[in-house]
Amino acid sequence: MTERTQPTAAVDVERLVKRYPKGRTNAVDGISFAVGRGETFGLLGPNGAGKTTTIGILTTMVLPTSGRATVAGIDVAADPIGVKQRIGVVPQRANVDRSLRVNEILTYHAAYHGVPRRERSARARELLGELGLEKRSKEKLDLFSGGLQQRVMVARALMHEPDVLFLDEPTNNLDPQSRLFLWERIRALRDRGVTIVLSTHDMEEADRLCDRIAIMDHGRILALDTPEALKGLVPGGTMLDLRARVAEGIALAPALRDASSSSPEDRVLAALEQLPGVTGVERQDGRPPEDRELQASAYRLYADGQDAGTLLASAAQAVIGEQAELLDLRLARPSLEDLFIHLTGSNLRS
Amino acid sequence: MSVPDLTTQRHELRPRSRASAALTAIVAIVSRDVLVTRREIASLLVQTLAQPLFFLFIFGKVLSSIGTTSPRFSVILLPGIVAFTVFLAPLQALSIDLGRDLSFTREIDDRLLAPLPITMVAVEKVLLAAARGLVAGGFVFPLAYWILGSGYQVRTDEIGALIGIMALTALLGAAIGLLLGTIFPITHLSLIFSIVITPLIFTGCLYYPWGSLGVIRWFQVLTLFNPLTYASEGMRYAMVPFQKGAAESLAMGWVLLVLCVSLVLSLGSGVKFFWGRVLS
Repeated sequence: MTERTQPTAAVDVERLVKRYPKGRTNAVDGISFAVGRGETFGLLGPNGAGKTTTIGILTTMVLPTSGRATVAGIDVAADPIGVKQRIGVVPQRANVDRSLRVNEILTYHAAYHGVPRRERSARARELLGELGLEKRSKEKLDLFSGGLQQRVMVARALMHEPDVLFLDEPTNNLDPQSRLFLWERIRALRDRGVTIVLSTHDMEEADRLCDRIAIMDHGRILALDTPEALKGLVPGGTMLDLRARVAEGIALAPALRDASSSSPEDRVLAALEQLPGVTGVERQDGRPPEDRELQASAYRLYADGQDAGTLLASAAQAVIGEQAELLDLRLARPSLEDLFIHLTGSNLRS
Repeated sequence: MSVPDLTTQRHELRPRSRASAALTAIVAIVSRDVLVTRREIASLLVQTLAQPLFFLFIFGKVLSSIGTTSPRFSVILLPGIVAFTVFLAPLQALSIDLGRDLSFTREIDDRLLAPLPITMVAVEKVLLAAARGLVAGGFVFPLAYWILGSGYQVRTDEIGALIGIMALTALLGAAIGLLLGTIFPITHLSLIFSIVITPLIFTGCLYYPWGSLGVIRWFQVLTLFNPLTYASEGMRYAMVPFQKGAAESLAMGWVLLVLCVSLVLSLGSGVKFFWGRVLS
């Protein structure tokens, strides 16, 4: 933990560009960022955003077209061997050595990195225990699930005590249990002071694990900050989620309904839009089945310059004023998903 | 779950020079390969020795016993069989291994991420495959002694040349294996073997001495474009006891020159393609 205050960056990237020989655009398009020692740094973006290429460059397996990248102060293009001595890599796809048994995968990895013989087996035992693999250390990997292979790769990457650990979409394709387990392990590593760079297209993962997140799309970094600060970038200061029932039975009298051609839902919407400070109201689509049965509608309200309490009260009044029944009203916290949609106009999984 | 404090036993890996880090890594990679080979030795030997065994039995023993070939044929054949084994075993092992590795298993990644130049990873693969080819080739001798009986005649005054040619042939086979394994995806390899390997074997003077091809002049010229011809002829020079009136083998100078040049070219281009496959 004390290492976090050290000034030298663990990873430093400056105007980094990668264009593949057959690519029509830059896979990585002039990105810059720095990762502090002991920090957990996330690259968040959809497939094709350039995350894996960025990690490829930092782990010396992809050659940069231009720009500069250093790991632990060492230039990745000029001194790949120096960099390889200091990094651990958990790739997106399983790449374990299937000719070896689990404990050998770890001890040979350590041997490649010059860990003295007597330390190798002790460390392997320790890491296998830590990752819940001690009972399977003599097995080959053929029958291992994706989650178990992932654990072996995490243990392997830690065998030579890397300064920086790179995880490329570590929980992609893992079952929920393995995912939670890996998250727990990653947090434990962070607490131990290991610098971690991870890529993900999972908002929740980035939010839960990372100290700072760079949001990437089309090879560029769109935003870079702590998860909380990033969420603050979502416009519309305060957001409210609101559900109201505007069923026929409790709606307006028939005479009055004739006078206005709009539906009760639209009138609720209009009433909410007229509240002071409200900048926009959206009907939330895809309501759950129980809402359809109740004939309830969901709305999201965006407001500026109003404190949350006043807004909550006036929104409740507006709904009641339209003769609708208020079912649910709460402050919505902007998610990274909201930010991503705000920044790119599309959601992450599309 | 409690987290053991691994930092307490932190060793100093960092200040090592690049050269010593690379040396440590390559030694470890070799020892990994030796371990894996040792575990698979039985199946490896069966794979590589089945073909020479049947060839020796049918062509060296059966055909001469029923009078289809002269007894002299087995003497000419044996060097070709050794060359064939020493050349093909590393070629197939390395190309299939690498093709599979680069196409989907990516088992090689861990070695590529070890602190050594990636050229050394490729060269180590070539050396180890060649060594395995040499071992397989060595096993052909006792096999031949057992099958051929009195038909087994090998001169013993050129052991140095024999080992040298065998080593060059094994290295060449491994280097061509590296080239094929890096150029072609695993899905195309069996097709490539039929297109490349079959003609290479049948025009490589494995089953006939080059000197006697004078009667089919165009074919004799054609075989000169096959490096395997030089391997077989070199082996023949080092193994076949001198007999008056027998066809001359290719001059040793040419044999060594062509083998060395082919080795350098195939290894050089193999390493270059390897770079292209593992670095983007």
